[in-house]
Amino acid sequence: MIEKADQIFVILSHWLVSFLPVWLQQPVHVLLSVVAIIVTFPALFAITVLLERKGLGRMQNRYGPNRVGPYGIFQPVADGIKSLTKEDIVPTSADAVVHFLAPVFLVVVVFMGYAVLPMGRNMTLVNMDAGLLFFFAIGASTELSVFMAGWSSRNKYSLLGAMRAVAQMISYEIPLLMSSVAVVMMTGSLSPNKIVDVQNQYTWGLPHWYIFTPWGLAAFLLFCVAATAETNRSPFDLPEGESELVAGYFTEYSGFKFALFFLGEYVGMLAISGLGTTLFLGGYSAPLQILNWVPSWCWFFGKVMMSMCVFIWLRGTLPRLRQDQLMNFAWKFVLPLTLLNLVVAALWRFMGDGWLRWVVCSAILLLAYTVMGRLGMRQKHIAPRSYRYAE
Amino acid sequence: MSIVFYVLAGLTVAGALAAVALKNTVHCALALTVAFAGLALLFLELDAQFAGFAQILIYIGAVAILVVFAILLTRGSETPKDTVYSNKWLLGLVTAAAVFAVLGWAVLHSTEALPHETAKPAVTVMDIGNALMGRYVLPLEIVALLLTAALIGAVIVAMHEKEGAR
Repeated sequence: MIEKADQIFVILSHWLVSFLPVWLQQPVHVLLSVVAIIVTFPALFAITVLLERKGLGRMQNRYGPNRVGPYGIFQPVADGIKSLTKEDIVPTSADAVVHFLAPVFLVVVVFMGYAVLPMGRNMTLVNMDAGLLFFFAIGASTELSVFMAGWSSRNKYSLLGAMRAVAQMISYEIPLLMSSVAVVMMTGSLSPNKIVDVQNQYTWGLPHWYIFTPWGLAAFLLFCVAATAETNRSPFDLPEGESELVAGYFTEYSGFKFALFFLGEYVGMLAISGLGTTLFLGGYSAPLQILNWVPSWCWFFGKVMMSMCVFIWLRGTLPRLRQDQLMNFAWKFVLPLTLLNLVVAALWRFMGDGWLRWVVCSAILLLAYTVMGRLGMRQKHIAPRSYRYAE
Repeated sequence: MSIVFYVLAGLTVAGALAAVALKNTVHCALALTVAFAGLALLFLELDAQFAGFAQILIYIGAVAILVVFAILLTRGSETPKDTVYSNKWLLGLVTAAAVFAVLGWAVLHSTEALPHETAKPAVTVMDIGNALMGRYVLPLEIVALLLTAALIGAVIVAMHEKEGAR
């Protein structure tokens, strides 16, 4: 029974396929999996948007949407219909072809990343050796779509937003990759399935997740910072800073194309949360051995939605960074720490079992964090804000 | 030679031709990206996963963006009024044809140089990693050192210019 609940989607797919002739079974099976991905994640996107608007409302002492349906739960549906029926405006001087291609390219690329994520036991669409490399390669090409959108609009705000976005994404892609490399080093494989399998073991009922090691925790925190910046989320949302750039690279987009950008952003966030879950939080494995009866896909989607809540929480809490702070943070603080973390991970591997490696690795990381933080803060003059008025 | 090969080859060649023939420089850069993507897919079709993904990661994720930045930050982004063809196009054509002929000749004769390679080589990402970290670790380190030096040099050049401007 437990086994059936765990494998319900796999069994369902096989049952549906079994009605077809043999030569058609494999392609239809793949098609079904793709359709499942394309249906599930936009649904999660709708839930996340509602959660975000409600949650942000709560944090800012207001109600949030509460008019459409009970407690406003049909708000995403209303938004979807609204953006479908709105006029699609293309500026006269815009480059029409590129302007049209940018959102389409973004959505296609963003969905491709899901192909390698293990969403449950036996629930990986393509189980390839170099899955992680595939994910990062696909993630890198979203930058091009952002640039296409900003450039083709022929609007200075759009172009500035796109330049900011691309510069930020390139800068934070390096820490993102480097923090994941630590996991690859310890697992000895680039396959997400293998990475989850290694973490899916228990000692005294507790899991072997990478986040429960000093280097894993450090890599996870750095990964979170880089992932937030990579998805252009607050506090790293300079590319769409409303007070400076209207809406950044999608200023000139309206109607359904705007909705596609919105979808792309959130589906990208869900994908990177899924990757973080796979790398550090044990993917589909249960947090305690006694909870193993809960279906594995519940754990994966639960962990992903938890990360989305953290994203929303951060957005409601932190103020936006300045451009120079953003770049200094990436190159002078996050990148050196990720490089050091690689060395610490190697040390962890070669010190063997025992309590000593816990002490040494934690001490090195804490020391580096403190010293670099202090050095970075020394040049800054932190004082009460002074105001200057026009005379 | 399957039908997939012909589709991908057509895509790559069309992208490359468009990159040369289009007027707007940014369009050329985007067409070049299509050619890069076609090449990456060709690598994947040949079961070379690492080469294919590295091609996407480096050429589409970094080189294309670099090209586009270079176009926008210089004055090349304006569309020229008259023709884009240089008046030395014949010389260029001859050079390109010569290079293509040499490469083609080398590829066609590669079977004679290695007559005993009948089995299809199976190269996984793991094998490439082992080779890079084992047998070829010295060249790898030399390349890494060279790239670091280039990076630092670029930063120093940029910093120097900024001080001079002040």
